[in-house]
Amino acid sequence: MAQEKRKFGFDTRMLHAGHVPDAVTGARSVPIYQTTSYVFNDPDHAAQLFELKQYGNIYTRINNPTTAVFEERIASLENGTGALACASGMSAQLITMMTLLQPGDEIVASSHLYGGTITQFTHTFKKLGLTCHFVDPTHIDNWAAAITPQTRAFYAETIGNPKGTILDFAAVTDLANAHNIPLIVDNTFATPYLCRPIDFGATITLHSATKFIGGHGNSIGGVIIDSGQFDFSQFATIADPSPAYHNLKFYETFGHYGFLMKARTETLRDTGSSISPFNAFLLIQGLETLSVRMDRHVANAQKIAEFLDQHDNVAWVSYAGLPDNPHHDLAKKYLPKGPGAIFTFGIKADNPRQAGKEFIESLHLFSHLANVGDARSLVIHPGSTTHQQLSDAELTAAGVDPGMIRLSIGMETVEDLIWDLDQALQAI
Amino acid sequence: MGSRSSLAGDIGMNTVLNDEQRKKYLDPATIRSALQETKTIAMVGLSPKSERPSNFVATYMQYEGYRVIPVNPRATEILGEKAYPDLLSIPDDIQIDMVNVFRRPAECPAIAEQAVKIGAKSLWLQLRVVSPEAAEIAEAADIAVIMDRCVKIEHGRYAGSLHWVGMNTEIISARKAKRHV
Repeated sequence: MAQEKRKFGFDTRMLHAGHVPDAVTGARSVPIYQTTSYVFNDPDHAAQLFELKQYGNIYTRINNPTTAVFEERIASLENGTGALACASGMSAQLITMMTLLQPGDEIVASSHLYGGTITQFTHTFKKLGLTCHFVDPTHIDNWAAAITPQTRAFYAETIGNPKGTILDFAAVTDLANAHNIPLIVDNTFATPYLCRPIDFGATITLHSATKFIGGHGNSIGGVIIDSGQFDFSQFATIADPSPAYHNLKFYETFGHYGFLMKARTETLRDTGSSISPFNAFLLIQGLETLSVRMDRHVANAQKIAEFLDQHDNVAWVSYAGLPDNPHHDLAKKYLPKGPGAIFTFGIKADNPRQAGKEFIESLHLFSHLANVGDARSLVIHPGSTTHQQLSDAELTAAGVDPGMIRLSIGMETVEDLIWDLDQALQAI
Repeated sequence: MGSRSSLAGDIGMNTVLNDEQRKKYLDPATIRSALQETKTIAMVGLSPKSERPSNFVATYMQYEGYRVIPVNPRATEILGEKAYPDLLSIPDDIQIDMVNVFRRPAECPAIAEQAVKIGAKSLWLQLRVVSPEAAEIAEAADIAVIMDRCVKIEHGRYAGSLHWVGMNTEIISARKAKRHV
């Protein structure tokens, strides 16, 4: 009988998963393999690599030893069987859907998504012959009603951008399982430290690694993590013989990593949306401090949400960490360490749209830009930027309050952030 | 690159075995010693078709230096080696170290009995091939048993190459790697 094996903790795996110091140099930090290609052992080896009969490196558009460390590390942290890194969060979505779906297939997606995702799913996917039905995710009946015989994917965000809707994993996975539909979850706002969708039944987890995973606002990247749990045997795109690989059947041959092998060797190869090894290295650096940073992000966000909730010039605060928030119970269930550090609030003013603009102009520490998940605090006012072309009436119809401000809370001294918000709110 | 022999971490994803079976049949030390001590593998159910999973595994293991003896009653030669209808038909001058099975669980007890007769050192049942009866037969003859695991994946896990395709090998170690499994 073998000895009891150690189950290493999350923080240990943040630092060690995916990287054993190499046999030749013993380099402790992950080396950056800044190379396009790799010398073959011999012609047989080359042929077998191209036939996928050997595991190995061919070309950095398909895989890279630095990127592989990032992939294995995030797979370990998300409790997945493996991962595929790519150029951006948007390319992670594109690769996932192009691998799983074929023309005529349909997606049922939460409508509480990043606007760029809604645009990609609606317009770009239409050119690929794919249809997406968006549903209010807060009632499971909406998901069920949108299912058709062509439905091949469910899609949602753990914490919806920007409304802060928390996905009810139990309800959605029960429905997905009953119909043999894979559930794909964008876990960007939560990170694997706050929530691991695979633990709650998701098939595939995605990230814009650009955000909290990198954590310092310096690298664009995306990643796809497969649970290895979904039965793709009846799923034509993964199970059927692949004409691109001598009729190889990916699911039969690679089993629990059939989806990822197909995503890597067909979709990533053919779309060319690979990540740079240098970006992968910076994302690895981010992962090594993920839990420490997220604890600070969440603690600061909670204090700031509580402060704003009591402020005279604030109409409302939408953060699931506040007890009266409609998503508070789901947040406690699925994100017990805290529901992230990105949330919205509404400015109380006679002309909230103008007040929002003045508020932004009065801030000293919050950076005004279109990103989230930086170590620094960030702010944006959709009414004067991303949605500035819409009238107040159109804004309201789109569910955007003209005075709505989105914050991404950083790791600065929290009293300084509160001071900054307070003085800007007093200035309007 | 391979990992050191003192791996202490749990490696147990992607299995249908229960906890007790996991400890017995997925033990990393057993798996690694079977891979290290084996020179010749009899592959029962090896397909001659190059796109079949068993053919992938045999091609890989051959390249890694193992001799692969095909056991398939419907084939005469696979990957340059003469095929035999069953384990007992393999000539005595070929010492089979490992019997690697790509057949349904119901066929495994009979295969295990033959593995005992030819003096194999390990019986390895592929992913999702689970047969407690076959294990019992092999264990009674002191043959090491591994089940619900792929011999190619496990070789790649400990040799370090599985990692290159982004797989979660579950290997955690701060020690400098070795250059073999």
